[in-house]
Amino acid sequence: MGLLSKKDSKLILDPLADNNPITIQVLGICSALAITAELEASIVMSISVLFVLGVGNVIISLIRNIIPSKIRIIVQLIVVAALVIIVDLVLKAFAYELSKTLSVFVGLIITNCIIMGRFEAFALGNGPWRSFLDGIGNAFGYGVILIIVGFFRELLGSGTLLGFPILGDPIEKTGLYAFGYENNGFMLLSPMALIVVGLIIWVQRSKNKALIED
Amino acid sequence: MGLKSNLHNLKEKYKGTKMAPAFNAIHTFLYLPNEITHNGTHIKAADDLKRTMNTVIMALIPCLIFGMYNAGYQHHIALGEITTKANGFLGASFWTIDNLVVGLWKVLPLVIVSYGVGLAIEFLFAVIKKHEVEEGYLVTGMLVPLIVPIDTPLWMLAVAVVFGVVIGKEVFGGTGMNILNPALTIRAFLFFAYPTWMSGDKVWVHGAVERANQIAAGENVDAISGETILGSLAQNNGVLGYDWMDMFFGIIPGSIGETSTFLILIGALFLIFAKIGSWRIMLSSVIGALVMGLIFNGVVSSGWITESSKFYGLMSTEFWHHLLIGGFAFGTVFMATDPVTASQTNKGKWIYGFLVGFISIMIRVFNPAYPEGVMLAILLMNVFAPTIDHYVVQGNVKKRMKRLKAKTA
Repeated sequence: MGLLSKKDSKLILDPLADNNPITIQVLGICSALAITAELEASIVMSISVLFVLGVGNVIISLIRNIIPSKIRIIVQLIVVAALVIIVDLVLKAFAYELSKTLSVFVGLIITNCIIMGRFEAFALGNGPWRSFLDGIGNAFGYGVILIIVGFFRELLGSGTLLGFPILGDPIEKTGLYAFGYENNGFMLLSPMALIVVGLIIWVQRSKNKALIED
Repeated sequence: MGLKSNLHNLKEKYKGTKMAPAFNAIHTFLYLPNEITHNGTHIKAADDLKRTMNTVIMALIPCLIFGMYNAGYQHHIALGEITTKANGFLGASFWTIDNLVVGLWKVLPLVIVSYGVGLAIEFLFAVIKKHEVEEGYLVTGMLVPLIVPIDTPLWMLAVAVVFGVVIGKEVFGGTGMNILNPALTIRAFLFFAYPTWMSGDKVWVHGAVERANQIAAGENVDAISGETILGSLAQNNGVLGYDWMDMFFGIIPGSIGETSTFLILIGALFLIFAKIGSWRIMLSSVIGALVMGLIFNGVVSSGWITESSKFYGLMSTEFWHHLLIGGFAFGTVFMATDPVTASQTNKGKWIYGFLVGFISIMIRVFNPAYPEGVMLAILLMNVFAPTIDHYVVQGNVKKRMKRLKAKTA
């Protein structure tokens, strides 16, 4: 990476795998369970979090020296809330159907543990450029898992990807359905998202033994 | 013994390699292992895991054979080929070769797929994790075909077995470490993943779905649907003309192994006699079901629920009929008593069993979408079993501490 120094590129690459916010730190699970039944919703959610976390980290980092430490949580909340409202309004204006699918979970980005966690742990102690990298790094790490889970849940649960039929038409009985294949309704229920996340954690930790606790 | 010495040679050849557990397992499964314990206490007892599992399978065999005959019988009744209803357990139109052939044709593939896929996964995990193959799947593999509808597609069963064995058992560390009963995990997976194949009034008799499609397409097919008594009661349609003798002997539509309460009772006595199944769990679970049934009957007779209510059909069912219909008897005897997932302490077993029975009937009545409450009740209580045990043990500790204090003071 010529653009970034080694230390900086670590900020982006670490959260993608070895310090992933979902599979390693186990943060932001609620949204990962709730909205991943469709791949499109997972992608939009990932982009929303990318925006909120990237911009939010920069703002907090810029004003970190003038925030009185006693009220820093409130200041952080105001920053997230403002950004989330921007995302929410943009979605309502340009992707109304999708914003109905995501419903309350866009608003709940405010309480996503990853965001407050990064503000507290990183942006309050580092400069804006590094905070920006850390923010988008963690958002990518979150998004990767969301998209993997969304991919499998939509493919196996509805037989589609981004709404396009991949496996054939279940009513006309074409493609795989002609052989008696059926969609797995369990994939559309939240417990299956938890199990898929668990399987990802299982695969990741058996590949990299250093991640296994005690 | 050509096979035995061959196996022995193979075992020696593969000793210390990755494939060793697989050959050891085949050897142990077919013959008595010839390894001797080298250290530690030597307890001489014949009831190892293999014998325990085989005893349960023996208790299941009558249900399996009856289930095959019943599958054929229900199929022929639905087609109108049998016109005289089998009267009682020894009915002449029931124990016929025709019925058995249909039953074998439908049930054997389920058994083979269940064992084939399940044991393959056990072998795979034994090879990867370098431990001996455990016999834990022997019973699960027999239970699974007995608790699914007869027309379950084989690939669905295979997917569910993979899920049940990996997620239900292997991730927790294999046989003996699982929280949930693997057979019920498999059934629950099928139930939530493919609900159209697992519930409703068309899945319980072989060929009923196709006949319904033919009728819908306008063909003149003479057929009655194979609705279960539970399903009919949930829709306030009564017991479909079956009397309690039919229910007790199991000449009714349902999953393959669950219908005959009579044979399940024989299996239960055998398990209790062999000291493998816990009579405490079976008895307390029956008590729990009867109590819940009596409460519902009381609610009906006091007039709080009228015939217009959607709960009326199941609530007004005579309380002891609940023991005969659906999978309650089968679940209580063969699955609630699973020694791994049930409570371990004696007092805990009473509480655990009572709640299994109580909650089964409650789910059955209040949620017509899940008429088979016993599956969900057992899974729920599996989760709570360690908690129950913890408080039983703590209670005992407290009692003894008090006694100790009274003595020393």
